[in-house]
Amino acid sequence: MRPIIHVENLSKQYQIGMREAYYETLRESLMKALSGQRKRAPEEFIWALREVSFDATPGDVIGVIGRNGAGKSTLLKVLSRITEPTTGRIDLYGRIGSLLEVGTGFHPELTGRENILLNGAILGMRRAEILRKFDEIVAFAEVEKFIDTPVKRYSSGMYLRLAFAVAAFLESEILLVDEVLAVGDASFQKKCLGKMRDVSHSGRTVFFVSHNMAAVEGLCNRCLFIKDGRLAGDGSPHELITKYLAAEAVPENASRDLTQHVGRPGKMSGLMEKVSLRSQDGLAASAIRMGEGFSLYLDFAGTRRFRPNINITVKNYFGVPVFTISTRVQKQYQITEAIASGTLVCHLRDLPLLEGTYSIDLFLGEEYANLDIVYDAISFEVLPADVFDSGQTPLSSEGTIFWPAEIEIIPAAETVTSASPSRA
Amino acid sequence: MSAPAIASEAASGLSLPERPLITIAPSRGWVALDLADIWAHRELLYFLTWRDIKIRYKQTALGAIWALIQPLFPMLIFTLFFGRLAKMPSDGIPYSVFAYAALLPWTYFASAVGNSSTSVIGSSNLITRVYFPRMIIPAAGVLAALVDFAIAFALLGGLMLWYRIPVTMSALMLLPLIALVTLLSLGFGLLLAGLTVKYRDLRHALPFLIQLWMFATPVIYPASLVPVKWRWVLSLNPLTGVIEGFRSALFTRSFEWNSLVFSVAFTFAMLVFAAYIFRRQERVFADLI
Repeated sequence: MRPIIHVENLSKQYQIGMREAYYETLRESLMKALSGQRKRAPEEFIWALREVSFDATPGDVIGVIGRNGAGKSTLLKVLSRITEPTTGRIDLYGRIGSLLEVGTGFHPELTGRENILLNGAILGMRRAEILRKFDEIVAFAEVEKFIDTPVKRYSSGMYLRLAFAVAAFLESEILLVDEVLAVGDASFQKKCLGKMRDVSHSGRTVFFVSHNMAAVEGLCNRCLFIKDGRLAGDGSPHELITKYLAAEAVPENASRDLTQHVGRPGKMSGLMEKVSLRSQDGLAASAIRMGEGFSLYLDFAGTRRFRPNINITVKNYFGVPVFTISTRVQKQYQITEAIASGTLVCHLRDLPLLEGTYSIDLFLGEEYANLDIVYDAISFEVLPADVFDSGQTPLSSEGTIFWPAEIEIIPAAETVTSASPSRA
Repeated sequence: MSAPAIASEAASGLSLPERPLITIAPSRGWVALDLADIWAHRELLYFLTWRDIKIRYKQTALGAIWALIQPLFPMLIFTLFFGRLAKMPSDGIPYSVFAYAALLPWTYFASAVGNSSTSVIGSSNLITRVYFPRMIIPAAGVLAALVDFAIAFALLGGLMLWYRIPVTMSALMLLPLIALVTLLSLGFGLLLAGLTVKYRDLRHALPFLIQLWMFATPVIYPASLVPVKWRWVLSLNPLTGVIEGFRSALFTRSFEWNSLVFSVAFTFAMLVFAAYIFRRQERVFADLI
């Protein structure tokens, strides 16, 4: 199929400091001109995008991923003509609608109705088009009663719903979306994702920049991975998200030297020397995705032989223990031989942990006494994932862990039909 | 039916144009004006103007009366001090009408240039998030001032009736004169809007300069006050032709064609120059703001 967007060798250079508000005063400029000072040194430039090339065909829903500052937003800004590329070219065979922030141009003094008209015009809709869709927009935003109230009196939820609703009815063939879904409450996010899914099934081309990997994986059929301004990958979302997360999970944080950990209780303080985490693939990793597991490697060196017993407590961000693995309680894991030094390995699989940062306390000792205790020995990240294949991540605000379920309804009538999902 | 099936169905129904609708590439040298693009966004110009007016009137307790006060109060003060106390000559016209006829286009010019010069830095949230021809922003600033002008114009009609000053066919000249002062404001507005993005201190200097400029323009005094020998110096001010032209049109006097022709020539040269500077600056707006 012919591409709707053709991007060729696109590069964008910024002067350092320019992305912050950089401006000189007239006086400075005049002084410079008078003193014969020339332009700034060339090393004060950075490339935000470097020789990026790709084609997109109609119907592509492309997730753009990469860490902060990698160039994702710059790419969208160049595509949407907000800023000019330094070199390269883009051919667009369709109208482009950019949604880099909801509610662009909204004014608090104007009413909901007025803001819809204004915002629609700013996003490039014709007046007739906005008026035709007006009722749909209002219904989607659920603000019918307040449509003639200034938006400064809206709750933040209403404001966001209205702002998103206008944008959701854009009719351009190409749609650029940047992190819009990072805002709003859970039910609003669900609604936005639902709308995004409708859009992505309508044959339009969508670029979706997000740090929400679950949303990217659920919505997109293709992914662009941007690293340091370059296109580091172009392909299936699953493959690239894995690649991205592997690059993100900094190996330096995956290992901690415990000998420097001072002030710890226990009879044989200093027994535990090093703790490290590895991903399921056996690579050093400080981050896993929801539903995945990891392995903990604990190096210890004791002054005498003992029969190791370990307690591993995983605590959430608030320091609340989520679960503990204990060889004292789970007798089947007990180690029977006595040893002075070695490495203890614990494999944790399919963790139902929600997104967030977790910390591990380690208690190593004999059967009845802890010889060495290290609180917060190491921490790890759990990154969002589409664990239920729904395009949405269970929210960390909704609990401590996620858990699958089967739901059925027993009707009031005598006949009972099961509605449990069949995997056939 | 599964979702991908719908997608491919819809996609195949979408026919792509042979040539790209838009090509994005770094611009070099002289940037074409692209008036077609501005025309395509004319509704946005309307909405931005409408927003400017609406917000101003919603935020001020006086609302639309504010548009009247701006030329009215200076007129009253000038009438008291210059007309009554200093006995300033006013070409045989009652001083209050004489001053108001000039304050009207002057206030329009001053507020149009003021609005548009800060309009681009004031619209940073739009500029960093959506594309549209940037010239629309200062143009909306000028048009918003035009609405104020129209409101204040009603009072002029009242004054003319009160003093029984006959309106003749020469009043038709007001239309091209209003167009002229609009274009002149747009020229200065564009230039200053672009420069203010880079040189923020202009924002503070401008109100002061405009104030001074008024005294270099025959607003509170008639051009005839200046000796004929030095009249040409006064005419170098592009607003002299406009303001004196307003009086000629309203009070049915002969037009001072020399200064008027100079104003027209200056306006068009200014527009071209300002548009060129603005287009060059425009490329880095989103990066600088």
